[in-house]
Amino acid sequence: MENYSIYVPKLITKKENFAPGHRACIGCGEALAVRLAFKAIGQNVIVINATGCVEIFTSQLPYTSWRVPWIHTLFENTAAVASGIEAARKAMIRKGVIKDTNTKIVAIAGDGGTIDIGLQALSGAMERGHDFLYICFDNEAYMNTGIQRSSATPFGASTTTSPAGKSSFGQFAWKKDMPAIAVAHNIPYVATACPSYPFDLMEKVKKGLEVKGPAYIQVLSVCPTGWGCAADLSIKVGRLAVKTGIFPLYEVENGKYKMSIDFPGLRPITEYMSLQKRFRHLKPKMLEQIQQKVIEKYEELKEKAAACEYNCQTVLED
Amino acid sequence: MSQRVGIEVSIALAEAVKMANADVIAAYPITPQTHIVEHLAELVADGELDAEYIPVESEHSAMSACMGSSAAGARTFTATAGQGLELMHEALFVASAMRLPVVMSVVNRALSAPISVWGDHSDVMACRDTGWIQIFTENGQEVVDNTLCAFRIAEDNSVLLPIMVHLDGFHLSHVIEPILMPEQRYVDAFLPLNKYPLPLDPAKPVAMGDFAPPSIYTEMKWAQEKNLQKSKDTILKVWEEFNGIFGRQYKPVESYRCDDAKILLLTMGSYSETAMTTIDKMRNKGYKENVGLLRLRLWRPFPHDELREAIKNADVLIVLDRALSFGGLNGPVCMEIKAALYNEAIRPKVVSFVGGLGGRDITVADFEEIITRGIDIARNGSEQEFEMFGVRE
Repeated sequence: MENYSIYVPKLITKKENFAPGHRACIGCGEALAVRLAFKAIGQNVIVINATGCVEIFTSQLPYTSWRVPWIHTLFENTAAVASGIEAARKAMIRKGVIKDTNTKIVAIAGDGGTIDIGLQALSGAMERGHDFLYICFDNEAYMNTGIQRSSATPFGASTTTSPAGKSSFGQFAWKKDMPAIAVAHNIPYVATACPSYPFDLMEKVKKGLEVKGPAYIQVLSVCPTGWGCAADLSIKVGRLAVKTGIFPLYEVENGKYKMSIDFPGLRPITEYMSLQKRFRHLKPKMLEQIQQKVIEKYEELKEKAAACEYNCQTVLED
Repeated sequence: MSQRVGIEVSIALAEAVKMANADVIAAYPITPQTHIVEHLAELVADGELDAEYIPVESEHSAMSACMGSSAAGARTFTATAGQGLELMHEALFVASAMRLPVVMSVVNRALSAPISVWGDHSDVMACRDTGWIQIFTENGQEVVDNTLCAFRIAEDNSVLLPIMVHLDGFHLSHVIEPILMPEQRYVDAFLPLNKYPLPLDPAKPVAMGDFAPPSIYTEMKWAQEKNLQKSKDTILKVWEEFNGIFGRQYKPVESYRCDDAKILLLTMGSYSETAMTTIDKMRNKGYKENVGLLRLRLWRPFPHDELREAIKNADVLIVLDRALSFGGLNGPVCMEIKAALYNEAIRPKVVSFVGGLGGRDITVADFEEIITRGIDIARNGSEQEFEMFGVRE
């Protein structure tokens, strides 16, 4: 760890475009992820923020945590607002009204604002090919309103609207595969990330910014409040989500899957789940089922990545 | 300085948007708005209008994209109708509260169910309190003129409010009319470049749309209300200037043969032209009472002073609404007018009619019936709070 403190400040800007002093909960993985992302993004950006945790804890009139231009309008329309801004700048640059400053358009939203209520607007904006980066800070439920399930809530998790009970085991559906939906839009860049792997996250954000056209990054953001884990375990829980294969880190460039980090052996999911209250009710049999499915999904993903690698090699050899 | 051409009103409207040199158009197709956006898409495709046309996936996204575009400082236009306007509903409040000068043509259409593509004012009335400036038009000329005025008013830095220009679906949008199309150089003189004071720009970061705790929400809403009320000064000024250049004067409340009229009919939108013909006809054949017509052009901010002035000599005011306020006392426009007159020492009897729903015609003869029946109700009373004109029970 000592080495980190020597070279990290040299690699990463100390400038905080996302200022401290906001009102996120203790141990908020999302606040950390936003901070890291905006270190990578820099200042030449316009931010469009959906209603949600980040919007609320970074803005309260007359204060703001944003040192970059920032707009919030509604919950479900973030990608549409972003398309308007992108188009406006494009038109005004072409007409000589403003200078071309290569300003980046970055939309940010939670999992509910992205994968549930904002999916249509996002799909539309990706399909139309606007040049923007969309980052979904995925904390796996509607945390801002009090931990209600979303379609990104993992199978079996107890939330306030998918509570575990006598006749319920909690969340009843498998987490919606939003990155795959983004890939299906034929966009140039899709990735998953987690602030527990900060360099990986920042690199992906930079890549997403640089590609021409839409980029989608889904960032697993540990929520101690909603997940019922200790506030000082955010980083560890995030790492375990990756190491168990529950939230694999990968990127899809022009449709080509690539694992960012691969593990020879996945850690058992119980290592991850036992740290969180939302899974505490799950019986061994259920955990076994989840374990099986996690491995299955992980293998599927690896196969996709391997197939892409194989295809790439074939092309090279040809 | 203008050329009179026979042109479909929707096409003329799109040409006005072109003359206004809009930067961004974000729209979703809906009958009867389609001809407007199709023509705009064509103008952009042919390079006749240098703009970004965003073919969004819904009206909610249309208004959202417009908000983004407007916040970035671009001149922004959209058009919708009926269901589309209702799908935008949530975003309408945000556009006005965030002071985003979007111009929108609303091709007035009835609301489902049952589904109807034809015109009435149900869509407008449901968006009455969204904080937008709202202007009604009666013919193609007014549509073109007020579309140009709308950009000028909306973008005026003392206003910075979104504007709806209403035109009736089919009865106005799809007819071919003789319209004086203004010359570009006069439009350029009338309509300066959009100078949005605080656009989203990394050179000067702003935060827009922060959340407001109870300690400040009321003040923000009051500021918004005062701003909308005050916008009337600019609206009047712009109409005045428009008249100076183009020779056509618009007013918040327009009077037709009202000087000696004791009986007034009040209408909004394209049916006003039919009503005018009725007034002429009744006067020409020597109807026993002097009848006149008021046309409400400015719906928001509501021109209560002008309205009170216009009705001060009248005995009877008959209001035709083209929308229902379900479970309410009268049609929505009539209720508002009654409220505006309630505290006046001298005021006419106000009679409420609702009709022309879902595109049903109201003919010259129908208006005559409304007027005579209205007079009868005013003098002899009625068991009903309002009359549903021409309905089959």
